[in-house]
Amino acid sequence: MAGWLDWLMGQRNKSADQAKERLKLVLINDRTDLSPAQMEQLKNDLLAVIERYIAIDPARVHITMSQEGREHRLLADIPLKPAPRKR
Amino acid sequence: MTASVITFTSGKGGVGKTTTTANVAVALALLGKKVVCIDGDIGLRNLDLVLGLENRIVYDVVDVVEGRCRLRQAMIRDKRLPELYLIPAAQTRDKNALSPSDMVRLCDELRPEFDFICIDSPAGIERGFRNAIAPADQVVVVTNPEVSAVRDADRVVGLVEAEEKGPARLILNRVNPAMVKRNEMLSPEDVLELLAIDLLGIVPEDENVIISTNRGQPIALNGKTRAGEAFHNIARRLNGENVPLMKLDDRQDFFSKLARMMRSGGS
Ligand SMILES: Nc1ncnc2c1ncn2[C@@H]1O[C@H](COP(=O)(O)OP(=O)(O)OP(=O)(O)O)[C@@H](O)[C@H]1O
Ligand SMILES: [Mg+2]
Repeated sequence: MAGWLDWLMGQRNKSADQAKERLKLVLINDRTDLSPAQMEQLKNDLLAVIERYIAIDPARVHITMSQEGREHRLLADIPLKPAPRKR
Repeated sequence: MTASVITFTSGKGGVGKTTTTANVAVALALLGKKVVCIDGDIGLRNLDLVLGLENRIVYDVVDVVEGRCRLRQAMIRDKRLPELYLIPAAQTRDKNALSPSDMVRLCDELRPEFDFICIDSPAGIERGFRNAIAPADQVVVVTNPEVSAVRDADRVVGLVEAEEKGPARLILNRVNPAMVKRNEMLSPEDVLELLAIDLLGIVPEDENVIISTNRGQPIALNGKTRAGEAFHNIARRLNGENVPLMKLDDRQDFFSKLARMMRSGGS
């Protein structure tokens, strides 16, 4: 059973697929001149600034890099916490 | 007549720039075009050897730029073809013996007399690369379906854009269709998606490239080989024809899909 599953996973994970996935990430780093660690820092800084003004829900934040041709954009989806109702 | 200057570059070394420059130039000459190749790899000249013209060198490109000979004297005519010339690199100098403006001036002098000027760039992204792209009207990036070659190609595509010489087009060299089929080699589609540039051609891995290079007879000169045919197709695309991608194996679907990704004709 396990052997069969391994085989199936292996088919999905042939070396060409790995090459492509690895290259996708490394090309984003190269093109933006941002390392994964700096990217993480950027996200944290960005959220810290926003949190100075409004309450956000950190668990549901999504910050991703999208690519169209050779152009990249940073997409931030930042859900807010509902404001406590004031009377 | 005013020549189009085409520079073949790659970032990573050994991917096939010199082989491609030589064979595309030969194929363009066989189309009846007047072609001159310039070896831009100062200190590591090889285009002469790949073309089989190494015994005919008297002067080189640095001699021209430094005024030791006239341009005509440094141009070696390939007697197998009606109108193919080579301006060899200097072997005992380094890349700093030339500047980008020297290359621009040299090409401006050649332009009125030729249809195509093909420049073989050295590997890397330093002075030699800058010299090679300075006079270019079109830049062709050569790469292999292999992680480090693709990464370096991406870097070069970005630099070519930054120098306002873009958009570069891609030649994917040394594709092994059997490995692509087994999903153990990046497919042309994968590479195009990663680099996000237009495709100029695909050249299969072909042992005849090495055999013909051993003899100093560029593979595009004679007979029917797969790599030779690929170089002829590239030359025709550079000449403005709309040539479909050839089939590398029996997987028609795969390559017809790719054909649709090609931009028509080329500029
Ligand atoms: N399609 C191919 N099939 C088989 N062998 C090839 C193919 N293309 C190139 N080669 C071989 O690969 C080697 C490197 O080619 P080439 O010298 O053209 O690369 P290059 O990019 O000019 O290298 P450099 O960066 O050192 O200038 C040569 O031995 C050549 O014969
Ligand atoms: Mg070379």
